[in-house]
Amino acid sequence: MTTPRSRPLPPSVDDALTLLGAGRYVADRSLATAVFLALRLNRPLFLEGEAGVGKTEIAKVLAETLGRKLIRLQCYEGLDTAAAVYEWNYPRQMIEIRLAEAGQESRQTVENEIFSERFLIRRPLLQALTPDPAGPPVLLIDELDRADEPFEAYLLEVLSDYQVTIPELGTIKAPAPPIVVVTSNRTREIHDALKRRCFYYWVDYPNAERELEILRLKSPGAAEELSRQVVGFIQKLRKEELFKVPGIAETLDWTRALVELDRVTLDPATINDTLGTLLKYQDDIARIRGPEAARILREVETELAAAPK
Amino acid sequence: MTDAADTGAPEGALAANLMHFARALRAAGLPIGPGRVIDAMHAVRAAGITNRSDFYWTLHAIFVNRRDQRELFDEAFRLFWRDPQLLERMMQMMLPTIEAPGEEKKPVNRRIAEALAGGDPARNRPPEIREEEALDATLTWSDREVLRKMDFEQMSADDMARAKKMMATLRLPFAHVPTRRFRPDPAGHRADLRATLRASLRNGGDVIALRFRKRRDRPPPIVVLCDISGSMERYSRMFLHFLHALTNDRDRVFTFLFGTRLTNVTRYLRQRDVDESLAKVARAVEDWSGGTRIGHTLAEFNRLWSRRVLGQNAVVLLITDGLDRDAGSGLAREMERLHKSSHRLVWLNPLLRYEGFEPRSLGMQAILPYVDEFRAAHNLDSLSDLATALAEGTPRTSRYIWTGKAA
Repeated sequence: MTTPRSRPLPPSVDDALTLLGAGRYVADRSLATAVFLALRLNRPLFLEGEAGVGKTEIAKVLAETLGRKLIRLQCYEGLDTAAAVYEWNYPRQMIEIRLAEAGQESRQTVENEIFSERFLIRRPLLQALTPDPAGPPVLLIDELDRADEPFEAYLLEVLSDYQVTIPELGTIKAPAPPIVVVTSNRTREIHDALKRRCFYYWVDYPNAERELEILRLKSPGAAEELSRQVVGFIQKLRKEELFKVPGIAETLDWTRALVELDRVTLDPATINDTLGTLLKYQDDIARIRGPEAARILREVETELAAAPK
Repeated sequence: MTDAADTGAPEGALAANLMHFARALRAAGLPIGPGRVIDAMHAVRAAGITNRSDFYWTLHAIFVNRRDQRELFDEAFRLFWRDPQLLERMMQMMLPTIEAPGEEKKPVNRRIAEALAGGDPARNRPPEIREEEALDATLTWSDREVLRKMDFEQMSADDMARAKKMMATLRLPFAHVPTRRFRPDPAGHRADLRATLRASLRNGGDVIALRFRKRRDRPPPIVVLCDISGSMERYSRMFLHFLHALTNDRDRVFTFLFGTRLTNVTRYLRQRDVDESLAKVARAVEDWSGGTRIGHTLAEFNRLWSRRVLGQNAVVLLITDGLDRDAGSGLAREMERLHKSSHRLVWLNPLLRYEGFEPRSLGMQAILPYVDEFRAAHNLDSLSDLATALAEGTPRTSRYIWTGKAA
């Protein structure tokens, strides 16, 4: 693995679009605008959307194309400073105390010594504030809606001033702010105070044209006819009243499965067999499997036949 | 590209326009403070104004921070940046009425009237719940739905005092849930290494005495689904008072009202003043005292809201009499889905006024197999009755199983 080399930030919206394209991410111009603003004005980018629409991917692509380190903080309920920011290395501290006793050191020296950076374990947020030779890293705070409100409140200080306070050491401030991407699946509302500090973008399901573009890029092995059918089928499926409609991640998974099965076109039997990669709730599968899937496929075929190639 | 922002207007004009635009959005209900206008200025300067679509998305990134605000923003943007003067004029005409919603037309506040009169007019008020309803003539009948507006009687000081007392004694039928956070506790079972180390340093590090911590408990989020159809009419005022008190008493309470359609009234209930809050709820809901389509509205809840509000181990409180216009069609499936998505599902049925009542209606039979706890209230005339009904036999863990002739 080569050492990542930092590349300059995009100077305009067009360049931001090119940048995302270079990372093989098919983006709308609207998303490129939000990304550009976040990079340019040093503000976090807040991405909200259903599961599987490519929110996390944006952070990964940014880190890769800008040549920055990616630091990921996966949120969960009860996430606290010990897991997110820093922790003291207690076992080593205790050994140090024992050694100091043996060496007859004064109490004050011991105290200064064991609360020094040597015993500090840096967790993602603190890592992101530490200078990096490749330039400020990309900090991905993933699925913030899973964390609880106290952590969200804690983030306010970090995201507005890019600093954290460690009582024993003082305040640590990033020399250059990291590139922050926050994602949320909207399993609960994030407080307005936090959103206000960010640029907001709702990542939607792509339209047929864009989804086909994504599929061609990510699944080049799939036959053109198959890709068109898959996209047509999934676009129709998203209009059905399902508990969870498939995202782009599911589109890619399904196509991969179909390619592995050596299919060049869709047929009702194959759809029924592979529906599990597409729909993740039994109720949904039961609804679509069989006649409903066949009906949607017939519609897609008619539309594709009518459309100019 | 013929929009005004494109013609190279001096920055001052742009700033003024952005300010007016922000004001228009604010009047439309988006929560936008003055800080955002400055942010918008910075953003527009950074992105430059090259075409309408980039300009749109630049402002979108600043002013919108919820998915559901997008339509509003879109409309405002289209109107405003086509001809800013037009909207400005419109705003000047509209603003005075927007700034004081209902202030003038509101009848004299009952609490103030009471305070001025010195006496207590609530004493000789009939104990019956008086709900006046007016058929809104501008709304037409659609799909056999009855769309009505509700006018709630204001709450008297006496009512308020009783509601407060009720909330103080209220025990809800759900236990606190353990969180993954800890607090120091000498009787805890986990070592708190950080505290231990600090304490040991205090006496020179000679003795390392363990400190302990314990898991923190917290009440679970509550999602209330409350029926406001005709058969529940006599209770709706009381339930809303209860829900208002509950929403203001603790965090993470979400309330949805349903009859023939589903309305999320959480934001209105967060308003501190109970009368204001209920007036807003009354305005937002369009299907007061009409029919009930439990299956249909639950389906809507499951599809649009369940993942957004049931994520954190939420407890669902379903308040309905189970009388369904659709005779329970599709209800069982939706109940099953709801039950699977919630931590605990409690059904409060206020219909059971007679001791010998059995849930025979199709709606009830569809609901019963899927509830964790079933609360029947024989007599619900006051908030304290409701509190009693909810709390009775609270530390019960076994699942409610209906053993009647329902099957």
